[in-house]
Amino acid sequence: MSDVNATMARLERARPGKVILWTLLFLGGVVMITPIVFMAATSFKTGQEVFELSIIPDRPTLENYLFILQESKFMRWMLNSLWVATFSTASVLFFDSLVGYTLAKFDFRGRQIVFIAILSTLMIPTEMLIIPWYMMSRSFGWIDTYWGIAFPGLMTGFGTFLMRQFFMSLPDELIEAARIDGWSEFAIWWRIAMPLVIPALSALAIFHFLGNWTAFIWPLIVTNDPDIYTIPVGIASFNGEFQMDWEIVMTASCLATLPTLLVFLLLQKFIIRGIMLAGLKG
Amino acid sequence: MADFWNKLTIRQKLAITAWLFLAVPLVFYITIRFYPTFEAFYVSTLKWNLLGAKKAIGMKNYIKIFADEDFWLVLWNTIKYALVGVPVSMLIAFIIAYWLNEIDFGHDFIRAMYFIPFLTTAVAMAWVWRWFYQPLPIGYFNIMLSWVGIPQQPFLKSVTQGLYSIMAPAVWAGLGFQIVIFIAGIRAVPRSYFEAAEIDGAGRWQILREITLPALKPTIIFLTVVSTIGFLRIFDQVYTMSADSAGGPLNSTKPLVLMIYEFAFDEFKLGRASALTVILFLILLVVSLVQLWLMRKQK
Repeated sequence: MSDVNATMARLERARPGKVILWTLLFLGGVVMITPIVFMAATSFKTGQEVFELSIIPDRPTLENYLFILQESKFMRWMLNSLWVATFSTASVLFFDSLVGYTLAKFDFRGRQIVFIAILSTLMIPTEMLIIPWYMMSRSFGWIDTYWGIAFPGLMTGFGTFLMRQFFMSLPDELIEAARIDGWSEFAIWWRIAMPLVIPALSALAIFHFLGNWTAFIWPLIVTNDPDIYTIPVGIASFNGEFQMDWEIVMTASCLATLPTLLVFLLLQKFIIRGIMLAGLKG
Repeated sequence: MADFWNKLTIRQKLAITAWLFLAVPLVFYITIRFYPTFEAFYVSTLKWNLLGAKKAIGMKNYIKIFADEDFWLVLWNTIKYALVGVPVSMLIAFIIAYWLNEIDFGHDFIRAMYFIPFLTTAVAMAWVWRWFYQPLPIGYFNIMLSWVGIPQQPFLKSVTQGLYSIMAPAVWAGLGFQIVIFIAGIRAVPRSYFEAAEIDGAGRWQILREITLPALKPTIIFLTVVSTIGFLRIFDQVYTMSADSAGGPLNSTKPLVLMIYEFAFDEFKLGRASALTVILFLILLVVSLVQLWLMRKQK
């Protein structure tokens, strides 16, 4: 109740211009989420009701979800995507920060060259490497394997650069002190430096995981077997199968969007801060 | 072995540790990044269909590409995606970020509404957008047009509207990211700048033009480059949304990356496709170099 009162008091103090501004921004936001709301609404509609404009279905049904989960390989694709994205993200967090740390905190001959070489990979678009990667996957038998989907993204120049920036701002005295105490170099990195850059690590994790979850062109090329498809490739394959069953494809799209949306709603502050961080440093 | 290790100076020990840490990553970068880069250049000088013999043909792939009318159409399409998509999305994002920054009440909630599309999968949302573009009585856009008495539009099925109809979801999905970065940029401008300007009696418009925008120059350059590169590499939306065949109707929506995909994985003309990737690489390189040049002038 007091919340409402405080809100009312705030509103009264606000200039009318602000109220109009707020309303406009809110309406814009509603427009932004309309496609998603529409998608979610349709997923609960029956075939007869599907073309009606209503947001809330008259007779909501879970039939579409049951159909997707039973008749398509959707759960399998979900697990594939989850596994590939998790594996790839873990690798990126480990190696990008290890390399970033080495480049930031070790003084050795050739450091500058290694740094520039890794940085230069940022200039090479994925599309240019796709054909060689495909040739490589064919000769090593990586087509239709999880490794085949994941291997191009196990380390990234962007992540290395980002982590280097953060490690550079750690004081050298910290590392020196641990060295005098007889810590191994690996332990210094893993147990002292890493915990201090957790915000950067989580930003990198969010970016990389999301990028993998939505990645399309490479998984499309390297998989032919529907059992190995990731979610985007699976959904694109609906094109031929369920051509005009709109409520079915909407349900699949909804299921594909749900995980990232849930994670975002749980960690909103964290994620936004991570993106601001990466954007400003990057 | 231990003897050898003990004889080293601390500096030498650290250098050896550093190279040990870098060993696996260096193997990765050499085999998965650098070698394939050179291979792409090499394959671009071959006539090769993946199964048959490789035949060195020098620059012929490039000559064929430049003589191909479709290539120029596709290149122009690609440029159109960036040339229209970047300014439109940046302008909308800036306006929203600028005003959103002034809102305290429900700030996080409203920001979330703009940001959520960034988290969606392009392939999944393509279905929703395709529905919106359907003809009457299904498609929402045509339904809305009919309310104000505008005749039905073909959208994805039109050679003039198709490209923009595919661009719209790309703009929609990227807006949240741009807004968040803009807000971060605006908040990084020292408060005292604004306060000093207000004391001097500067109006809102004047503050925006003479303080906010100049201070945001690095943010604007960063976002322009990131979005330009993003639009120049557009693929997912086109592959999943275009009418008739991928890139249709009549190639009017086909971007470079889709052309690369088709040459390589539908027609197995790997040489020609690789040559196209080299061209894409050079275009993106120019964009990155322009960024570096602009950033340098900044300092």
